[in-house]
Amino acid sequence: MTDPSGGPVLEVSGLRKEFGELVAVDDVSFAVPAAGSIAIVGESGSGKTTIARMIVGLERPTRGTIAACGRDRSRPARSARDRRRRGSEVQIVFQDPYTSLDPRQSAEATIDEVLRLHHGWAPDRRRARVAELTELVGLDARQARALPRTLSGGQRQRVAIARALAAEPRVLILDESVAALDVSIQAQVLNLLADVRESTGVSYVLISHDLAVVRQLTQDVIVLHRGIVVERGSTSSVLDDPQHEYTKRLRASVPRPGWKPRRGALLGAGEGTT
Amino acid sequence: MSAAVPLPAVHPRRRAFSVLRGTGVAGIASAVVIAVATLVAIFGSMLAPYSPVAANISLTFVGPSASNPLGFDFEGRDVLSRLLAGAQSSMLGPLAVVVGALLIGTLLAVVAAWRRGSTDAVIASGLDILFAFPGILLAVLAAAVFGVGLLSASVALMIAYTPYVARVLRGAAMKERGQPYVAALEVQGASGASICLRHIVPNMMPLIVAQATIMFGWAMVDLAAISFLGLGVQPPTPNWGFMISENQIGIPEGYPLPALAAGVCIVLVVIAFNVLGERLLEQAQAAR
Amino acid sequence: MSGLGQAPEAERAPATGLSPAAVGQTPQVAPLLEVDDLTVLLRVEGAERAVLKDVALAVRPGEAVGLVGESGSGKSMTARAIDRLLPRGAKISGQIKFDGVDVYQMAGADLRSFRNRVAMIFQDPRAHINPVRRIGDFMTEALRTNLKVPSAQAAARAVDMLGQVGIGEPERRMRQYPHELSGGMLQRVMIATALLTEPRLLLADEPTTALDVTTQAEVMAILDELRRDLGLAMIFITHDLELAAAICDRTVVMYAGQVVEVRESVLLHDDPLHPYTAALAAARPDIGRTATRLAAIPGRPVSAFEAPAGECAFAPRCPHAADICRAGPPDLAELDGGLSRCARAADLRGTLRGADHD
Repeated sequence: MTDPSGGPVLEVSGLRKEFGELVAVDDVSFAVPAAGSIAIVGESGSGKTTIARMIVGLERPTRGTIAACGRDRSRPARSARDRRRRGSEVQIVFQDPYTSLDPRQSAEATIDEVLRLHHGWAPDRRRARVAELTELVGLDARQARALPRTLSGGQRQRVAIARALAAEPRVLILDESVAALDVSIQAQVLNLLADVRESTGVSYVLISHDLAVVRQLTQDVIVLHRGIVVERGSTSSVLDDPQHEYTKRLRASVPRPGWKPRRGALLGAGEGTT
Repeated sequence: MSAAVPLPAVHPRRRAFSVLRGTGVAGIASAVVIAVATLVAIFGSMLAPYSPVAANISLTFVGPSASNPLGFDFEGRDVLSRLLAGAQSSMLGPLAVVVGALLIGTLLAVVAAWRRGSTDAVIASGLDILFAFPGILLAVLAAAVFGVGLLSASVALMIAYTPYVARVLRGAAMKERGQPYVAALEVQGASGASICLRHIVPNMMPLIVAQATIMFGWAMVDLAAISFLGLGVQPPTPNWGFMISENQIGIPEGYPLPALAAGVCIVLVVIAFNVLGERLLEQAQAAR
Repeated sequence: MSGLGQAPEAERAPATGLSPAAVGQTPQVAPLLEVDDLTVLLRVEGAERAVLKDVALAVRPGEAVGLVGESGSGKSMTARAIDRLLPRGAKISGQIKFDGVDVYQMAGADLRSFRNRVAMIFQDPRAHINPVRRIGDFMTEALRTNLKVPSAQAAARAVDMLGQVGIGEPERRMRQYPHELSGGMLQRVMIATALLTEPRLLLADEPTTALDVTTQAEVMAILDELRRDLGLAMIFITHDLELAAAICDRTVVMYAGQVVEVRESVLLHDDPLHPYTAALAAARPDIGRTATRLAAIPGRPVSAFEAPAGECAFAPRCPHAADICRAGPPDLAELDGGLSRCARAADLRGTLRGADHD
């Protein structure tokens, strides 16, 4: 799968979102090349999740443009076909593994529904593809047939990843997708995501507050503070040598061996009355 | 990822049983009462030992005997036969009300939750207006416009009940609408109608069933009252509500049994529906 | 409560067979809190399931102990058992002593005084504060009702404590409602409230998990500073080894309802005693470098009742598991100044490195 135009698979430019008086996202621009990866880093209220929701069409931008595979998607889709085509360009995996699956559907049924939506395949071909996808994300046959409530958080997140991949998207948005997982499971899913990128060439947009996860999974990063991009660059250079005050503070707040929390560095800066 | 609990897909019938078991002794007893009432409603006319409509004035308010265990009513008809035959119209009316109100109410609730914003506001204010009319008043109006009978009474109640259903279900639909799995389906490009029909409504089903059960009890009381007033089922069709009305003249004269027997049937069935409905509702809410 | 304190002291004393030093006691200082052989069963769907198995730990006055584990490890349940907050129907055996007194034998005035001396803070402050009462009202309630402190004096102490946790304009905050404060601010209010009754032990159950990292750093610093100033002992519960290490003297690592390692916090990352601790440290991505592949632990964390019986609970996921690990459940044994529940702990000395990724 190569992009006919050779340009970025996802391009966001001058993006702005207002909720009433509040400007949640202000003039955000970035591009993701095919098989590339970018992290959008920020804390609560930074607007990072709003950007993800605008890219997948769950929120409408106030201003700015979003294009995937060279096609604009900043306005609502006009036809069912257009909607499905957008679905096959960009997909998303949410944070909470407990609510992102229909409790009445097994993994197989969940994936099969997506295949039916996007491809006019015969049942045999769909069945084969379901088996391929469940194997790719590391679910055994029994887990693939089980209802979500009998699966662990990590297993559910694998189902959610398989569902997103079933549409064969060019871009996968990971909205804090490993944040709710136990450390030992988080490592499994991060490895899985690396494998998936290797085998499918999908691009990642990682929405995260966790700088270590960002370091592990992405090439580039933008740092968002109150809706504004305060720093951007390659992930290694931004994390090793942060330039902006906020990035420095973020970096200094991450617990690591030998780290001691310091007081008073940020009083009145990010914290206050809501 | 080896320790997942194996759980085979559960057969729907077995799931219904396990749901019922969870309602406890009172719930199961209520279900039995409802099952018996339903069977009588279907086969009651065949079970009736005598004709439920053949009158014999000479037997008016004659008391119970071995061959007529509940005695005779004000026109000398066998009370047991009338109770058995009357189950049909007494149960059919509430059924029509419940099915109708649920269909319209669920549709409104899901559309409001799916579209949100102005559609939701329009539906909400429409429902508020309907709330202002009591069911019985609507039934009297309907009787005046379309004539008396079970159908116009049922339609009137159906309209009166819809806002209650819609309001309760709207909350549940809103909650389901906000789940990330619904957003995931939207991002896939699935249509709103298919997400609602294949995912949102099935996930609301426990609540819908519980609502239906409770509402059946209300509808039965309201329809009995309407029939009592003479605006529902018309004579000589046997009906529990109307049986109270037509036999009330016996009460001051010392022959309460015909009216009482019909009253007991209504009370038993209504309580059964209410108890079972409340238990199902508790279960549905505990599961959320 | 069942089974507690009924056996004669002589029978329960050698329960763990460990020297006092190993479980955190020094001969000179009696421990403030002593947990021995704590086993807890909960009723889940009609069946009794173990959530804690033979948990033993001790906290000296003024000492901070980290309690680290993944979901199902029993770390929160341990804190709840200590504070007598277990759900109804829980079956408890073993012993919990606070200041030498069996916690589950306390009643009346003793229990009230225990409640004042042991304070707890939780992950979600909003779930533990009444939304329709003013901050000041909430903060001073225990002082006014339990300790009979006059209102004006209680309010003055609350204002002073708010200042100490770094909240500006404390008088104004006292009149505000919980929804007017951000999550980080509210958690600082909870800490201030917990400290008002001058407790001797603070149970902190993931108090910063729901906060942003920059806010977390601030709250951690406040917690650490005040704890030291007040000479307060603390049990700090978290899933993050580094976070515990940052403010705790010792760290207790739990897995499947058991203590698997007790170690000085500064040694834990680079020189762990138990393979699980090492695996946990290695699985976490490193902010300083990109690993070609993370050292993931296969399988998933299990609770006490899901753990395999008759063998080491971690054996199915452990890269170092051998026949001896499946022969029987290992005991918590002393090793190099710490404790490890690993049959091969001595063999593996020096080979377990937390930070090794590739």
